[in-house]
Amino acid sequence: MAKVLVVTSGKGGVGKTTSTAALGAALAQMEEKVVVVDFDVGLRNLDLVLGAERRVVFDLINVVQGVAKLSQALIRDKRLENLWLLPASQTRDKDALTEEGVGSIIADLRTKFDWILCDSPAGIERGATLAMRYADEAVIVTNPEVSSVRDSDRIIGMLDSKTVKAERGERVEKHVLITRYDSARASRGEMLSIEDILEILATPLLGIIPESQDVLRASNVGCPVTLNNAASAPARAYVDAARRLMGETVAMVVPAERKGLMNRLLGWRAA
Amino acid sequence: MMNLLWLFRVRTASAPVARERLQILLAHERGLRGQPDLLGLLRAEILAVVSRHVVLDPKKVIVKMDRGKTVSTLEVDIEVPNGFERSIAAAG
Repeated sequence: MAKVLVVTSGKGGVGKTTSTAALGAALAQMEEKVVVVDFDVGLRNLDLVLGAERRVVFDLINVVQGVAKLSQALIRDKRLENLWLLPASQTRDKDALTEEGVGSIIADLRTKFDWILCDSPAGIERGATLAMRYADEAVIVTNPEVSSVRDSDRIIGMLDSKTVKAERGERVEKHVLITRYDSARASRGEMLSIEDILEILATPLLGIIPESQDVLRASNVGCPVTLNNAASAPARAYVDAARRLMGETVAMVVPAERKGLMNRLLGWRAA
Repeated sequence: MMNLLWLFRVRTASAPVARERLQILLAHERGLRGQPDLLGLLRAEILAVVSRHVVLDPKKVIVKMDRGKTVSTLEVDIEVPNGFERSIAAAG
């Protein structure tokens, strides 16, 4: 049965789009049929992170308004045949999205895919509420930083009250994904620890993505980090998180960068 | 000399401060959640009632709530244009 998963956070810049692309690619590599849907109308970026920016013809709003068919707007990834993108509109304004329109697209996608990953815009406005509206599960992307944790808490409250599932008295299954984690800084007490964040948010952990240059490198070339450098620490962490989404039990470790001696010394000074 | 001291200063861990601040703040914010916007509601209703008798500038109606430990105070500040008694008389 298809699962609708919203990747959300409240706060901007914490890694929603990166995580949507990476989890989508990791699930597709596990033989799941995946579509990633960009809900950030006016500020789309999932196409860019996936390297499909020059292939966008029709978008989510064209489909909502009946200008294009869903099949015309879906873009198949060039590297993974199981991964598809439904881009957001770059020009229309976000009010063009309606609850009914989004509902009918999601219902249609449910018949065609195993996973529907909705990349939420930042904030708590229309785009964000529509991205979570039909979700069965949610990944709350959180940085170990006070403003991000506060916004995550707010979003968790919305997932428990403003989704179709919540209104039916059911629960959206929620997971926290901690990104940009620096275990050295956390161990020195300079950064909120995993335990602190989980205790405050009272939500189970999906994975810990370490702070890494590989994430930027992957988005620079338009490739999900899980494909661009599969051996890198963030890629391994995203694959582990995807396996947990599939119901596997995977030991929770913070994948470490493999650093040389010089890097270690320099890293110590820079930290 | 200052720079040397700075190099060797003992950094105090700031994460426990972050955790404590968040716990206090979120306990408060979660309590407010789910409730309708009480102040917005009060402001709209007060404005509606007073406007029945006096012509008001909606921007000059300020409703404030101060939370104390045992009691909270509700402060309503309405600026009424001069000569409103006449409009009451006219209406009455």
